[in-house]
Amino acid sequence: MNKVLLIIQREYLTRVRKKSFIIMIFVVPLLILVMGGAIALIAKNSTQLTNLQVVNVVDNSGIFAKKLQDVPNIKFTLVHQDINEAKAMSKKDENISTLYIPADYNKQGAIQIFAKKKSPLQLTDEIQKQMNDIDFNNSMIQHHIDTAVIHSIKKADISVNAVEITDKGDKDANIGPNIAISIACAIFIYLALFIYGSQVMRGVIEEKTSRIIEVIISSVKPFQLMLGKIIGVGLVGLTQFSAWIILSVISSKIAGHVFNTPQSPMVSAMAVIQTIPFGYILGCFLFYFLTGYLLYSALFAAVGSAVDSETETQQFMFPITMPLLFTYILSVSVLFRAPDSALAVWLSIIPFTAPVAMMVRLPFDPPVWQLALSMSLMVVGFLFTTYVAARIYRVGILMYGKKVNFKELGKWFFYKE
Amino acid sequence: MLSIRHIVKQYAGHRALDDVSLEVESGQIFGLLGPNGAGKTSLIRIVNQITAPDSGEVYFDGQKLNQSHIERIGYLPEERGLYKKMEIGEQMIYLARLKGLSRDEANKRLKFWFKKLDMESWWKKKIEELSKGMQQKAQFVATVLHEPDLIILDEPFSGFDPVNAEVIKDEILELNRKGATILFSTHRMESVEELCDSIALIHKSHKILDGKVKHIRNSYRNEVYLVEYSGNPLSFNGAQPFDIIGETISDEDRHTIRIKLHGGRTSNDVLQYLIPQTHINMLQEVIPSMNEIFIEKVNLKP
Repeated sequence: MNKVLLIIQREYLTRVRKKSFIIMIFVVPLLILVMGGAIALIAKNSTQLTNLQVVNVVDNSGIFAKKLQDVPNIKFTLVHQDINEAKAMSKKDENISTLYIPADYNKQGAIQIFAKKKSPLQLTDEIQKQMNDIDFNNSMIQHHIDTAVIHSIKKADISVNAVEITDKGDKDANIGPNIAISIACAIFIYLALFIYGSQVMRGVIEEKTSRIIEVIISSVKPFQLMLGKIIGVGLVGLTQFSAWIILSVISSKIAGHVFNTPQSPMVSAMAVIQTIPFGYILGCFLFYFLTGYLLYSALFAAVGSAVDSETETQQFMFPITMPLLFTYILSVSVLFRAPDSALAVWLSIIPFTAPVAMMVRLPFDPPVWQLALSMSLMVVGFLFTTYVAARIYRVGILMYGKKVNFKELGKWFFYKE
Repeated sequence: MLSIRHIVKQYAGHRALDDVSLEVESGQIFGLLGPNGAGKTSLIRIVNQITAPDSGEVYFDGQKLNQSHIERIGYLPEERGLYKKMEIGEQMIYLARLKGLSRDEANKRLKFWFKKLDMESWWKKKIEELSKGMQQKAQFVATVLHEPDLIILDEPFSGFDPVNAEVIKDEILELNRKGATILFSTHRMESVEELCDSIALIHKSHKILDGKVKHIRNSYRNEVYLVEYSGNPLSFNGAQPFDIIGETISDEDRHTIRIKLHGGRTSNDVLQYLIPQTHINMLQEVIPSMNEIFIEKVNLKP
């Protein structure tokens, strides 16, 4: 076992010390920070009015012009001009817009606003709101309804809160954050299994092509080498994810302060995370990451051992990655909408698809027995793939210059030592 | 030291080793000879426990070969290779630790070897920055760093320039003098006579010859002698106690002939016959070289 520790140590240190690893650790949160900042800035620029906008109103209906009220940064002026003259003015000055209200304003798309640049959302929203109110008031007056009474009634602010009936009592079931979390988990697991699984595969190919493999396995058993590599790379993955999570939290806090906009997607994401049983999800994430990684990386290692170079891996990679890809696509499109459907339940129990599928279902509280079954099958699953992979691996690493197919791999499995 | 008994190794298409038995005595330099593809590497991998035989057994120092013997064996594979992107010092300490050495001990011994073989400036270099010859030298050091009792070298001299091959040869001899048993495979016969105490010849999965080099060569003596004389070239009438093989080689008044004794005659008979006729400079028995024996045995067996 001591030797496995040595191998783990080497696999871990050589990867963690690489410049690319250290750069990646900082680049990813930085990227999130930059993206968050960019989104916040863009959002700010496109919705907020920064200087005074004069709106020249050409009102052919005669209903609205006098009732439009100035608000900060928006000033309405009634002009008695032809629409084309008014437009010519707007063309000269980007702070002057022209609102055109034709006589038959009720027709869809009849009311137009012309400006040198695209009109800010805030401006069009404000005009729409005011015009709807004006039109509604007019209608009420036409139907002899006393608008003064209506204005004196305080409007209610009603929202519907989804509540889930559970054994432990009724529970708030706000599904928005759940969907966000479940999709995030599916993407994370999917990426992690892929990235670190193929790192294991590349490591095996490197040892094989550099021919050091024979030196190593004259000192340790092939299984020990495989295990050491898988665990070493797995620890690299955990290190990277922990660093990313910590740095992302820090950088999003910074982003929140710097841009100070409550609409920033990062801040709202953080708010969502706080409403979720974080420890429970994180625990399950770690479990499914580890078991899923062990399950898949063993297969990746077997593939690496069977080929002489990375270009030959395609034919084996396809069937291995199919279930993952399949579940991933289903997860982000269908499963989160129907987390208790038969498909979702089955996918979350079969070990090859469970890491992604169960992470999607998790925020929707799947039954405990399903979670327990899925977890036990994950353990059985990775023990099984490790056993199969080890038997292929020990033959494959010493095999050179042979075009290998699945039949050949099957033969290797049954070789004696 | 090493006793290999009735090893059979079957691969999918062919039998790599068929009932091969060998005895390597402690302190020997043992040469494992045979043409390419004869089964040498298969046998070496079995001794290194990289693969297991289908039947037969290997005994190491009287014990059945097991994992505990790994640390007492050093192995230099035919296809050399190290981690390309790892610093050489760190890499060799890692390999030594896999063989059971502590970090400090490995460090100490490595410094000694680097000094001995003029490699001190390489410590921080990556393998990919070294020339092929330098890589080989480094790998040789990695093989012997844990001071194994049995050193197994698969084609140790391939890839070395003559100067470094000589350095490595001297190191092998020194390790042997210090008590290490050496088993090496080669198809270069000149190194065999120089180094080996005993050999085994493997051909087409079978062992076809083994024993001490001296004994083997003696058993292949075939009464052939070289005679050099000076004066006028002799002509023979058939009364001489030998046959002439091949051409007479003449250099001014010196002539060399290759003779094969008639049955029952000795070198003394040759001298008695020739002395009255000419001036003899030299009479020397021609013992077949391992190379000749090798080629003869391999060609004999179809």
